Amino acid sequence: MTLLAYLEHADGAVDEPSLQAATLASLLAGDGEVHAVIASDTASVALEAAPQAGAVHVGVHEVFGSYAPLAVAEAIVELAARLGATSVVGPGTERGNEVLAHVAALLDLPLAANCISVSGADVTRVRWGGSLLEEARVDTPTLLLTVQPHAVAAVPGAGDASVEPFTPTLSDAALALRVVDRVAASKGGVSLADARVVVSGGRGAGSEEGFAPIEELAGLLGAAVGCSRAVTMAGWRPHTDQVGQTGTKIAPEIYIACGISGATQHMAGCKGAKRILAINADREAPILQSADYAVIGDMHEVVPAISAAIRAARSG
Amino acid sequence: MRVLVCVKRVPMTGGTIVLTDDARAIETRHLGFTISPHEECGVEEAVRLVEANGGESVVLTLGPAEAEEQLRDAMAIGADRAIHLVTDGEEWDSQATSAAIVAAIRDDEGANGPCDLVVFGNESADAGGFQVGIRVAHALGRPVATGLKALTVDGATVRCEQEAAGGRDVYVLPFPAVVTVKEGLNLPRYPSVPGKLRAQRKPVETRTPERPVPRLAMTRLVVPEGEGKQAEVLGEGAAAAPRVVEVLREIGVLA
Ligand SMILES: Cc1cc2nc3c(=O)[nH]c(=O)nc-3n(C[C@H](O)[C@H](O)[C@H](O)COP(=O)(O)OP(=O)(O)OC[C@H]3O[C@@H](n4cnc5c(N)ncnc54)[C@H](O)[C@@H]3O)c2cc1C
Ligand SMILES: Nc1ncnc2c1ncn2[C@@H]1O[C@H](COP(=O)(O)O)[C@@H](O)[C@H]1O
Repeated sequence: MTLLAYLEHADGAVDEPSLQAATLASLLAGDGEVHAVIASDTASVALEAAPQAGAVHVGVHEVFGSYAPLAVAEAIVELAARLGATSVVGPGTERGNEVLAHVAALLDLPLAANCISVSGADVTRVRWGGSLLEEARVDTPTLLLTVQPHAVAAVPGAGDASVEPFTPTLSDAALALRVVDRVAASKGGVSLADARVVVSGGRGAGSEEGFAPIEELAGLLGAAVGCSRAVTMAGWRPHTDQVGQTGTKIAPEIYIACGISGATQHMAGCKGAKRILAINADREAPILQSADYAVIGDMHEVVPAISAAIRAARSG
Repeated sequence: MRVLVCVKRVPMTGGTIVLTDDARAIETRHLGFTISPHEECGVEEAVRLVEANGGESVVLTLGPAEAEEQLRDAMAIGADRAIHLVTDGEEWDSQATSAAIVAAIRDDEGANGPCDLVVFGNESADAGGFQVGIRVAHALGRPVATGLKALTVDGATVRCEQEAAGGRDVYVLPFPAVVTVKEGLNLPRYPSVPGKLRAQRKPVETRTPERPVPRLAMTRLVVPEGEGKQAEVLGEGAAAAPRVVEVLREIGVLA
């Protein structure tokens, strides 16, 4: 067995999901070989974290100066053929899934995205953003898969991998499909994805104005403000605030969810939260089954009371 | 311009997912159906592009007879007509889905002329394969940009903004092109009553493709084990506030 792990990196800094993918690849390889591949516009790229692999192949091409998904995929396909890879594994990130989907399309083979475990041709993969798992059997000569982030703990490699540059042959289509510009995210406030505390409002907030107490509490806690899809659909908050399967995935120390029922698609976005506090008028709301703490009551009374109690505690 | 958008009918699960006895499907007897929010934005974008540039928007689905509901919903907000690839309700894997969509697009383009833009969701709500749009682009020999949060047509090209860590990556694709989009691209309109009435009269072309043996064959579904939590109730109403402050202190988020 020869496994090839695709790693994403920024100037040599390999991201955590890629190290997790390399770790899964080495678990699958058993006694076989594990190779890693990165794309770079320079052969002299120095990897900051060592992946679990015997060799790191560096596909070197000027086009890799910016992200070029099809070009990366063509480089992987070329290398996988040369190595006789029996499996290609990538991180289950936006880019990892995009690159592997191009690989799958080029080879016309199945792709199992966001796997949490693999055994032979049997995979367990994530559906519904993590609310449901699928066990499946893949019929393929070369197993193509991506690894769901955080499903596998990354084990660092020994750092003794040989570094082997190669120059891939790329199609015109691949050279043309690349990032030509970048728009920086508007700065302002705490970023939802990285916040230590998130205070969110749902339909129970009642209106755009209903978010004022949530903003106030978030301000006191240095928290980011989030919301449910019911709120973005009503136009009360922008979609950038939405937590969930089709919104932002968050991982705070505590998630304070006010007037949110706890639909599976919402909860898919806050599985990474260490603790959840639900403030809800309804004792039977589904969110109480995934929350650690709850306050039963009208959020329009409870949330300002918490802010007042924080102020009182600070001044007292 | 001609824009074709692909949508998938999925159940609207609520607080918990319940499976059928054979664990091969979600128990949907008491559920409504919808499409992914990503795809809703795709439909809205297709309609807006045609409103701005003239032409025609077409909505396509591969799914059971009941999926006509999702096609009518898309036509209610403005899609001009629909293509329904009717299945018996069995799951199709991403490869088979892509092949059927490609065949349908080729036939439609043969009869009605080329599509400038084919629009997909970044990932389907249920299967989450992250691949159908990319596969279809390869088969049609067209460039594809994925995960778009903004899209601007400028003459013979389309400027695509892809969501990326810390900002957006920009691609400029020539037409004809394929894009996959995400929720947040726009705020979809609600269907109007006249829109719904008009949708009932818009044409739906049906065909019945043969389902190939899936190469990614689902054997069963599993609801991940929750931690079996039942929240500790800290109190009721405003009176619970001091206890909440204690908890915030205990876990170290309040100095
Ligand atoms: C494919 C798909 C993807 C989706 N993606 C997402 C997503 O990314 N994010 C997301 O959030 N949703 C998503 N949804 C929608 C999701 O299914 C729910 O519809 C949505 O999360 C409901 O939002 P909510 O909890 O605010 O509203 P509701 O379900 O209406 O719940 C409102 C809650 O507020 C409580 N309440 C009401 N008034 C008060 C009050 N005064 N004080 C305290 N509590 C009160 C009620 O008891 C209730 O529990 C998706 C759906 C689908 C089908
Ligand atoms: N059965 C289907 N019918 C029509 N379009 C589909 C179907 N399945 C997937 N798609 C489209 O392909 C996108 C990506 O699907 P997937 O690769 O399964 O994540 C979806 O958001 C839809 O736009």
